[in-house]
Amino acid sequence: MSLMNIKISWKNVWRNKLRSFIIILAIAVGLFGGIFTNAFFVGMLDQRINAVIGNETANLQLHHPSFLLDESINNGMPDIISIFKKIKTVDGVKGISFRINETGMASTAESNTGVMINGIDPELEKEVTKIHEKLYEGEYLNTSSQIPILIGKKLSEKLNTDLGDKIILSMADGDGEVVYAAFKVRGIYNTNNDMFDGVHVFVLKDKLQQLLKTPPNYATEIAISMEDDQLTLKAKEDIKALFQADVDQKEIIVQDWREIDPSLNLMIQSMDTFAWFFIIIILIALAFGIVNTMIMVVMERTRELGMLMAIGMNKRRVFSMILWETVFLSSVGAVIGLVFSAIVIGYLGKVGLDLSLFGKGMNALGFDTIIYLKSSIEFYITVASLVFITAIIASIFPARQALKLQPAEAVRD
Amino acid sequence: MSIIEIKDLHKTYNENTVPVHAVNGIDLQIEEGEFTAIVGPSGCGKTTFLNMVGGLDLSTSGSVKIDGQDIAELSSRQLIDFRLNHIGFVFQAYNLIPVLTAMENVAFIMELQGEKKTLREGRAKDLLEQVGIGDKINRRPKELSEGQQQRVAVARALASKPKFILADEPTANLDSQSTGDLLDMMAELNKKLNITFLFATHDQRVIDRARRVITLTDGMISSDERKI
Repeated sequence: MSLMNIKISWKNVWRNKLRSFIIILAIAVGLFGGIFTNAFFVGMLDQRINAVIGNETANLQLHHPSFLLDESINNGMPDIISIFKKIKTVDGVKGISFRINETGMASTAESNTGVMINGIDPELEKEVTKIHEKLYEGEYLNTSSQIPILIGKKLSEKLNTDLGDKIILSMADGDGEVVYAAFKVRGIYNTNNDMFDGVHVFVLKDKLQQLLKTPPNYATEIAISMEDDQLTLKAKEDIKALFQADVDQKEIIVQDWREIDPSLNLMIQSMDTFAWFFIIIILIALAFGIVNTMIMVVMERTRELGMLMAIGMNKRRVFSMILWETVFLSSVGAVIGLVFSAIVIGYLGKVGLDLSLFGKGMNALGFDTIIYLKSSIEFYITVASLVFITAIIASIFPARQALKLQPAEAVRD
Repeated sequence: MSIIEIKDLHKTYNENTVPVHAVNGIDLQIEEGEFTAIVGPSGCGKTTFLNMVGGLDLSTSGSVKIDGQDIAELSSRQLIDFRLNHIGFVFQAYNLIPVLTAMENVAFIMELQGEKKTLREGRAKDLLEQVGIGDKINRRPKELSEGQQQRVAVARALASKPKFILADEPTANLDSQSTGDLLDMMAELNKKLNITFLFATHDQRVIDRARRVITLTDGMISSDERKI
């Protein structure tokens, strides 16, 4: 490798400062756009995943397989205490909650709507989801209150109901009979997910079991939270192994949050593909800009290149000179783009990007209105590498044009 | 032995349509230490001839031997190396790499030849002193006059230790003072170091200084005058 060649290439970048500045800026802005977009979607998705795990599904759930086909109260799991004890032995398990889930109707004097009724043990549920931290008004469920119900803000708007108001829940019991019960709104929560907040209500599990006449030591759903989501898949396999006989006999099914919410999983995969697709589109556009600039460079320096070839600079050196100049030009733009991206994303990762203007729409889809952008070192490294590769590819055509020059013609005035 | 031996050299363009015989049968020998000018009107074939002698262009027929090597027998890669190690070039314009200093421009040739850095720099300084601009070694071309730039070009041409230096209209862009100074310097190098110079020129001042003047007309040698 010729250091002089590299020195010439580096200095050549700055011969036409305006032109180099423009292409460097184009690269920097293009990269920033791609990285920012990626960080936005990663942050948004990350928050959604955390919300799903933290407010809705937890990391893992156990059900009777029949419950997934027919959410009947009869399709539950008995002997949950021993299940609890076994699951507690699995590495990384943070909390375990038992739930009785039943679809029903919530009615007030003014309105009614279909709801998912979740009977929970408040203290166990605190270890698994964060509904208790999402209170908008009032208080979380506790056993000292009579017939308390916790509803979502969206549902309270639908039913036009406030704290202290009564809601009548109707649902089918284990015998298929419709049962009714009045509950007092003790708390209103807000997860910023209208789809969830408008449907899910929480009541005391014991109270619900009395109504539905389910046996004790029974649940339709067991939710498990992990210390770290990275441990989820291993824990799933460990739990399956613990209940292998039940799994084999189709008495228990263990699912992670991706399986419970496949649309979210699909969104994750799509976003990932989209982000890289977007970056590649940007790089292709940048490549054309770089090729255009370097073709101009070669054409402007025809005589100089002719002179260099005449005095004895071989083709490999001419090629590498153009290649290095292209790489340097692209790298400066890339560094500026990456550094600027890191600063902006770092800042917005801390303070968040406020999209309240689009609040209603975002909440309707289950997304927060303040997005905390997120990116990773690995992503930056990968983008930097792709810029380097793009520069090398983009240098090929201009370098080949330079090699086609005939010294005798090129040096002529 | 002659440094350059040319036998029945031809260069024809547009062979299949209307042929133009730019060089039309030249036989010539150039000895070591010559200070020779190739002269003639525009279009007589001087530059074409010089390009073939320098291996920048291929002949249609005939041979060019430099230091006994027929350059037509060399591959394109070998020809580049051959030019690097045997021939020095001084062009009319755009001789120097604009982003390098005078010293770096001279050292660049030696770097292409694979010389070590300390040797390159030392020799570059010496050569620049020999051509009279030892006090401007760290200046870039845009900081030098045209005459000074040509001096650097001559130093660079010498740096590769060539068998001869080809100079195509080296004084065309210079004023009289610079031309005189450049020619004095080249003549001095020719005399002291026995460096062979072969010029293609219109410039009467170069012709006056040359010890041999070869006139080309219509691609052929019409006269070959050696001065005493």
